Amino acid sequence: MKSSVITFPGSNCDRDIDVALKKFGFKNKIVWHNDTELPKSDLVVLPGGFSYGDYLRCGSMASKSKIMKSVLNFANSGGMVMGICNGFQILVETGLVPGVLLRNKYLEFICKNVFVKINNKQNTYFKNIDNEVLKFHIAHNEGNYFCTKDQLKEIEDNEQVAINYCDKDGKIEEQFNPNGSLKNIAGIFNKEKNVLGMMPHPERMIDPALSGEDGSLFFNNLINNLK
Amino acid sequence: MKISVIITLKKDVLDPQGKIIHQTLEGMGFENINEVRQGKYFEIDTKENDPKKAKDKVEEMCKKLLTNLVIENYKIIDAQ
Repeated sequence: MKSSVITFPGSNCDRDIDVALKKFGFKNKIVWHNDTELPKSDLVVLPGGFSYGDYLRCGSMASKSKIMKSVLNFANSGGMVMGICNGFQILVETGLVPGVLLRNKYLEFICKNVFVKINNKQNTYFKNIDNEVLKFHIAHNEGNYFCTKDQLKEIEDNEQVAINYCDKDGKIEEQFNPNGSLKNIAGIFNKEKNVLGMMPHPERMIDPALSGEDGSLFFNNLINNLK
Repeated sequence: MKISVIITLKKDVLDPQGKIIHQTLEGMGFENINEVRQGKYFEIDTKENDPKKAKDKVEEMCKKLLTNLVIENYKIIDAQ
């Protein structure tokens, strides 16, 4: 399986996701934002970080990068595109997934482990995962998911919510919502479910000595689903 | 020609920064404030000298990059 990770000026999780993808069997390439052609890929990842210094709105400039035209074409023809953290912010700015990510409700940069509940397993990202709840890491200042009432209805009608913040038993309540996200939303799909944007970092959970293994579970499952 | 644009958050979008500024102002003794909302201001100096054309271009910039219309409104306030 081939993957590509796009590096924007200010990306800082590109190496981490590169390590994670390779560890679970992907042949990964790092692609510079100024390139115009995407290498042949089964998966494209927009990594975390602070692309363009988060100027204007997080992800807004990166969403207009040269390489994004190819990424948009790839996604619109059914290609798997995953945006993590800043990558999620870039995805919402392209319009590939609905909504926006506002400043965290209590104006704090949040860096901690969280639990998320998988809301929808009828897709290539989460199909065949036995767990209902995964422990991932979040590190962001703008992760407060917001969309209009009409968008929310559409998202829910199409089962586009991927994961919600919850406690270790999967209880989705306001007290387990770290950043004020609407309905505890931590990640969403596009309508077709080939594009996934999420704030948590699975690539930070691939080594039990450092953190946890729920990221390993996620990537192992993902590559098997893609085969 | 210089054109100015003001970008504000839509009415029902939470503005935590505005809230904190409001609280701080009250703490400093400024009373009778109903609400504070924070926005953005841009000055765009364009080579276009036709005001109508310049405004149209800036409007396009607003729609394509400067604002996210899910949460923000823009207002072109000034052309000189």
